[in-house]
Amino acid sequence: MSEAMLEIKDVTAGYGRSTVLFDVNVSIPKGGGAAIMGHNGAGKSTLLRVAVGLIPVRSGTVLLDGEDITKMVPSKRVKRGLGYVPQGQLCFPQMTTLENLQLVTTETAAIDDVLDTFPVLADLLNRQAGLLSGGQRQQLSIARTLLTKPRLLILDEPTEGIQPNVVAEIEQVIVDLTNRGDLTVLLVEQHVGFALRSTSNYYVLQSGRITDGGVGGAGAMDEVLAAMAV
Amino acid sequence: MDALTTPLLTGSATGAILLMAALGLTLTFGQMGVINMAHGEFLMAGAYATYLTQQVISGSGLSVLVAIPVAFLVTGLLGLLLEMSTIRWMYRRPLDTLLVTVGVSLVLQQLARDLFGAQGDPVTPPSWMRGSIEVAGYAWPHRQLFTIVLALAAVALLHAGLKRTSFGRRVRATVQNRELAETLGVTTRAVDRSTFFIGSGLAGVGGVAISLISGTNPTLGTTYIIPAFLVVVAGGVGQVKGTVIAAFAIGIATAFLTDWTSGSMAQVISFIAVVLFLQIRPQGLFTVRTRALA
Repeated sequence: MSEAMLEIKDVTAGYGRSTVLFDVNVSIPKGGGAAIMGHNGAGKSTLLRVAVGLIPVRSGTVLLDGEDITKMVPSKRVKRGLGYVPQGQLCFPQMTTLENLQLVTTETAAIDDVLDTFPVLADLLNRQAGLLSGGQRQQLSIARTLLTKPRLLILDEPTEGIQPNVVAEIEQVIVDLTNRGDLTVLLVEQHVGFALRSTSNYYVLQSGRITDGGVGGAGAMDEVLAAMAV
Repeated sequence: MDALTTPLLTGSATGAILLMAALGLTLTFGQMGVINMAHGEFLMAGAYATYLTQQVISGSGLSVLVAIPVAFLVTGLLGLLLEMSTIRWMYRRPLDTLLVTVGVSLVLQQLARDLFGAQGDPVTPPSWMRGSIEVAGYAWPHRQLFTIVLALAAVALLHAGLKRTSFGRRVRATVQNRELAETLGVTTRAVDRSTFFIGSGLAGVGGVAISLISGTNPTLGTTYIIPAFLVVVAGGVGQVKGTVIAAFAIGIATAFLTDWTSGSMAQVISFIAVVLFLQIRPQGLFTVRTRALA
């Protein structure tokens, strides 16, 4: 068993001829998790997509709890315990809220569990997911991923473009999840304060390279802001 | 009254055949971005499967009913073979699939000529399908009625399968957002193969109906493939409800136009009407309703 839930070692990756990540090394410890911070276009989402398997690496390796998953397709990584909430509140718009959840499992107890976490969804089960608000879709997206029973939960900007009162709810859920102990969270987030509060470690990514990293918490705020200002 | 009833009823039967051809196309085009021009030859394979079944169970009134699952299985496996050997390398490259599958369709036509001859073979409808029923003065052949029942049963089964089963949810998820489905544990490759099997199999069932109306012929697929694609785009790609409405609308409209003008003129007017319709509504009859892009 590895001490790290996710290790990204010397990874170079990109789209077509353009390289976005250059020899990136990231190690996410089990338990508390980590936040990746950086400006727009730094390569944060690309790094997550590499971890999930949506973008192949050009060189380097990706290890999940010590197992090499570099060549594994995304659906297999999910079965190994990797859960991914993509950016943009994605859902299956023509399916109802319930069908979105049932895509992962039809176990009533498991669905009831995630509905306890996101009670707003319980009243919207028969509504077409494409007609939900952005905040509701994001809650659905997290609930659906939790149904895959992840050991590592990867969230890409979960509060982006969502109204403030829903942001507070989502933030609280993520903090609760990181405190659960059996789940490691990897978070990409623009709100530095929230990211540092929710995870134990942080990395700063700039122009496709890791430029800073360390232990999170409120005390790290100045260092992170200084690193991002460079 | 005949002037209305005859084209309405014969057009409905044509619409039913177009529907069975278009259902598979709309699934594979919507899910995988594949333009399968060999889909018409799956209709032809279904017709020959009916002919062969009748040779084995000759004289039996049940041969057509037995031919339905046989045709589904044979053309489904043919589709699976095509997907695994060729099309899997060309997902989301519609023009490449179009060119390659035109070649495959020519190969399949030649294969049918070599195996069965160029003339085609008759399929004898069983006795219970030979009569007709009187509808507003028109003697509506049982065969046409059977075609409509068959198509509606295929739609109902497909609809129930897509709506009520776990496999159906995986298909719909893959059609709507393949990448997202994959990151939720859906093995989209397996879903693609199964969808191709079912879509091709449905064309085979359409071939059963065609064989009862016009017998078998190595080139019968070419008659239906373009109208079937018109049905797919007019109904909205990947939309079963839209496909049903578009298939019957195009079938019936073409029958009326044939009555008023000629067969070839009716085809021309239908094409122009669909092109004009797509200028006004490029997404087809039905599309996804969302509050935002998702």
